[in-house]
Amino acid sequence: MSAKASADRTLRGRVAVVGIGETDYYRHGASPDPEFKLALKAILAACSDAGIDPRDIDGFASYSEERSEASRLAAALGTRRLRAATMQWGGGGGGCCAAVANAAASIVAGLADCVVVFRSLAQGQYGRFGQTTNIDTISGEKAYLMPYGILAPPQRFAMRVRRYMHERGVSQEALRAIALASYHHAQANPRAVMYGKPLDPAKYDASRWIAEPFHLYDCCMENDGAAGLVLVPAERAGEFRNKPAYVLGAAVGSGYRAGAIPHNSPHYASAGFEPVAADLYAMAGLGPSDVGVVQCYENFTGGVVMALAEHGFFAPEEANDYLAFDNLVAPSGRLPLNTSGGNLAECYMHGFELVLEAVRQVRGTSTSQARRNDVAMVIGGPMVTPVSNLLLGSEATL
Amino acid sequence: MSGEATQTYLPQGLPIPVAEADGLSAPYWQGLHQNRLLVQRCRHCATWQFGPEWICHQCHALDPDWTEIEPHGRIFSWERVWHPSHAALRQHGPYLAVLVEIPHASGVRMIGNLLGDPAQVVYIGAAVEGVFEHHPHPERPYSLLHWRPSSAR
Ligand SMILES: [Zn+2]
Repeated sequence: MSAKASADRTLRGRVAVVGIGETDYYRHGASPDPEFKLALKAILAACSDAGIDPRDIDGFASYSEERSEASRLAAALGTRRLRAATMQWGGGGGGCCAAVANAAASIVAGLADCVVVFRSLAQGQYGRFGQTTNIDTISGEKAYLMPYGILAPPQRFAMRVRRYMHERGVSQEALRAIALASYHHAQANPRAVMYGKPLDPAKYDASRWIAEPFHLYDCCMENDGAAGLVLVPAERAGEFRNKPAYVLGAAVGSGYRAGAIPHNSPHYASAGFEPVAADLYAMAGLGPSDVGVVQCYENFTGGVVMALAEHGFFAPEEANDYLAFDNLVAPSGRLPLNTSGGNLAECYMHGFELVLEAVRQVRGTSTSQARRNDVAMVIGGPMVTPVSNLLLGSEATL
Repeated sequence: MSGEATQTYLPQGLPIPVAEADGLSAPYWQGLHQNRLLVQRCRHCATWQFGPEWICHQCHALDPDWTEIEPHGRIFSWERVWHPSHAALRQHGPYLAVLVEIPHASGVRMIGNLLGDPAQVVYIGAAVEGVFEHHPHPERPYSLLHWRPSSAR
């Protein structure tokens, strides 16, 4: 392959987010709207934010077994011509950045011109992730876990985090700092489900164990809602009313045999980002010191510790020092983290609320704005496979 | 040597493990029923593999053999579960689950419950031995493999 062809194979600076939108965020089961209607509302909000006619969307991208599928959306919205419909394999939030990457790739390859990336969830309508009653028999990976009481996500990930804490000497206080930062930022964010419900160290320490080493506040919420964004080619970014957030890089995947079940991945004590972080920085031509603000998917706080270390923000052995509350809060912490409240305290929208928050940071419109906001990172779904990540930047970073 | 549990560690009513429709893991579950721990080992390149797959991940020979191994190993990680994620577990917790590494099968790992006091201190690296637990369900009898601290090894 020629050097030129290789350089052409990038998302860097080729596409921009020009609209974002979300529904109200609800406790699980509290949405007055069914899931598909939530998806429609979020998409309409994102189009309105961009100032485009929803009929001009020509692609849809999502992840994590999204049920609001592209053809139904296109029919419902009167899409003039559907040209791209991509779904990322894998559950959890591992695909929240991959869905953006797939949409971006569709645009860069000339398959589509205006793609909506979104996620909708109504757990009241379709059942909660955190409850597993009414399963009669089970096969595959879960057959090796569920009969032993390893049923829901906290139990599936606690051992991985425990092993990491053991290998790397990570303290419970490092996990706590992540929860405190998310809740702190949520207090400034009226969209947040935990707005008006602050958390302090004593409340964290006194909270019940879900599965050691996870206290209640180490675990994501379960919520109803939807969130979406509008992605267009970079050359069109100036047509829209908001400051564009350009894709500087994205990467997807997992390490060697990360999917070996049950709990048999060779590199077990890992969030799975070592190869994926390297790909992201290579595409963007950036390193961790260039990143001003990070949104990192919190299924569980322990996964955030691993993911941040694997993205090079600190060595694992430095986690206890680095992961202190003051370092993690906007506007001027060393690395403002989850500035909307994230999955812990804004809304568990399978991480898509994190992608929207990264756009707000680049725009300068966050309710907890970071001082360094030219380059914003999103990290999707630590400890699942495949995982994904994303770097967004202002025009000045191109 | 391993023994058999007389009463089950967790209450009845949790999902019952069954082999996939294509039968991939059927030898494993049948083995547990007979107090035998079977894992895959490639007959061509001797690579150990668990969970099972239709192919050896090392040399790509299809249909790896099932080989019986002694059920003892070391605790690789653990968790103490307090929150009931299933109706059968309400009023039951806490309980302990361990991830056990099997050194004599190149470190393949498997999950079970750690028998004994659920409040016990658990040490990563501690030696454990397997305990087969049989569930005489009227329609779908099944067997599990738990672990307890090892006295001998
Ligand atoms: Zn082989």
